[in-house]
Amino acid sequence: MNAEPPEPLRTPATATIPRDPTGPPAGEGQDIKAVPLRHPLRWLAALVIVVLIAMAVHLLVTNPNWQWDVVGQYLFSSPVVDGVKRTLLLTVLAEIVGIVFGVVLAIMRLSPNPVLSWTSRVYTWTLRGIPPLVLLLFIYFLSALLPTLSLGIPFGPSFVEASTNKLITQQVAAVAGLGLAQAAYVSEIVRGGILSIPPGQTRAALAMGMKPRQVMWRIVLPQAMRVVVPPLGNEVISMFKATSLTSVIAYSELLTTVQVIYARTFEQIPMLVVACLWYGVLTTVATIVQSLIERRLGRSLKTPKGDR
Amino acid sequence: MAVPVTTAAEERADEIIRAERVRKSYGRTEVLRGIDLAVSAGEVVCVIGPSGSGKSTFLRCVNHLERLDGGRLYVNGELIGYRQRRGKIYEQSPRDVCRKRADIGMVFQHFELFPHMTVLQNLVLAPLIVRRRAKAEATARAEELLDKVGLADKIDSYPGQLSGGQQQRVAIARALCMRPRLMLFDEPTSALDPELVGEVLNVMRELASSGLTMVVVTHEMQFAREVADRVVFMDHGKVVEESAPHEFFAAPKTERAKAFLERLAD
Repeated sequence: MNAEPPEPLRTPATATIPRDPTGPPAGEGQDIKAVPLRHPLRWLAALVIVVLIAMAVHLLVTNPNWQWDVVGQYLFSSPVVDGVKRTLLLTVLAEIVGIVFGVVLAIMRLSPNPVLSWTSRVYTWTLRGIPPLVLLLFIYFLSALLPTLSLGIPFGPSFVEASTNKLITQQVAAVAGLGLAQAAYVSEIVRGGILSIPPGQTRAALAMGMKPRQVMWRIVLPQAMRVVVPPLGNEVISMFKATSLTSVIAYSELLTTVQVIYARTFEQIPMLVVACLWYGVLTTVATIVQSLIERRLGRSLKTPKGDR
Repeated sequence: MAVPVTTAAEERADEIIRAERVRKSYGRTEVLRGIDLAVSAGEVVCVIGPSGSGKSTFLRCVNHLERLDGGRLYVNGELIGYRQRRGKIYEQSPRDVCRKRADIGMVFQHFELFPHMTVLQNLVLAPLIVRRRAKAEATARAEELLDKVGLADKIDSYPGQLSGGQQQRVAIARALCMRPRLMLFDEPTSALDPELVGEVLNVMRELASSGLTMVVVTHEMQFAREVADRVVFMDHGKVVEESAPHEFFAAPKTERAKAFLERLAD
């Protein structure tokens, strides 16, 4: 060991900054009159973007193959509007199934009960492993596997029986297929949200005598919601488009509807534009709803130092 | 000072906490290595010691946020977390543990107010859903306690809008809303800016003089000296020394306590 005192690492703070005698005096705190910095790259970027936009507009306007008149003719036609309604309905129902099951699965996964935790793990693993298209077809063709479905005592007598074909309509298969797959993804999102809440919150709630279930529903989940809403909004928006998968089981949502029309009229491009415009409208609405929810959940975060 | 170790704790009605040889490990690390401690009703006990000595862990064992591995811990005359019948120890259901915790208030280093609720909602939550009090009654009690800690005007604020000292005073009021028989303070001023420590200590001083039983883990020696009935010095998972504050600070009996106090004085 070296017993000598270490050399001072910094020069002493007595050094003064030399002042330019020709510069303006600093003393009276006037406004700074400086020449602004030039940004040549910004101008270059602007130029490139403007040219690209001009090219895109040119393509949209001058190419007659877009057939904008056909787009206008079909945009609000009743089969298309019905398709939009079914897409919306299917998204809402599938997302309700997905979120309800997803939250339950997330809570099960984090439960101290190993049976529940492992059930949730295996469910998520399985459903994330099956392509949603395959799942949809599988549910729709379930009757090939189980011709009748019954409600009763397992391995014992049954009380109610029904033909699988009658029970599983296109609507039921679509909601079940998309919703059950969605639940696996939602459960991971919600689990992440729950884990993001500091354990001290749980400890404080338990210390006041609250039961674990009350802690989860009143303290942890409400706070987790704030974390969960942005990725969940993402999921809802992807669901609008994922509903188009149900065209394989001939559920007549938006995309199936326009496909049926262009199969007859051969006006593929304008009909696909119609579909895109409607998906765009739905996505916009979902985005607005999401930001409203986020604003509401963020109420409590207003601090004197400003929003986070 | 000698604490009788073997007598049936249930018979001593004035004893709020009675710890006998309490042990606790995390994996292979022994955090508590046989804690013996008794706290009587109305007593204010300050627990001090170097960090890592097991003070906070012991506090969490008292309301069973941590389960102990050995020894016995009685709170309000009953085993906490367990039930004793015909010489056998049974684990208690969460419901029964919750019932016991409701009588023990706890204040945390990082306040742990619920950020998504207003101050009032923070205060009435447990009285409403644990004690099943009427809303009007819980609200009246909350208003009274907020007034007592000097924050009546913050009743509709969110925790994020308050300073650290204000949050900790709200947290104390929240614990008091349950009318606890015992209050545990886990380094209540350690996360505060120095100029905010005083307002929290003032509230605690007032509580102490009101006759509430308090166990305070703290680094505020001045507070311990003034307010404590007894100072407990812990080191390496054991109670090394306990005595009246004036004795302890003037003439610590053990070398370790002496060394600890000297380090603080530097």
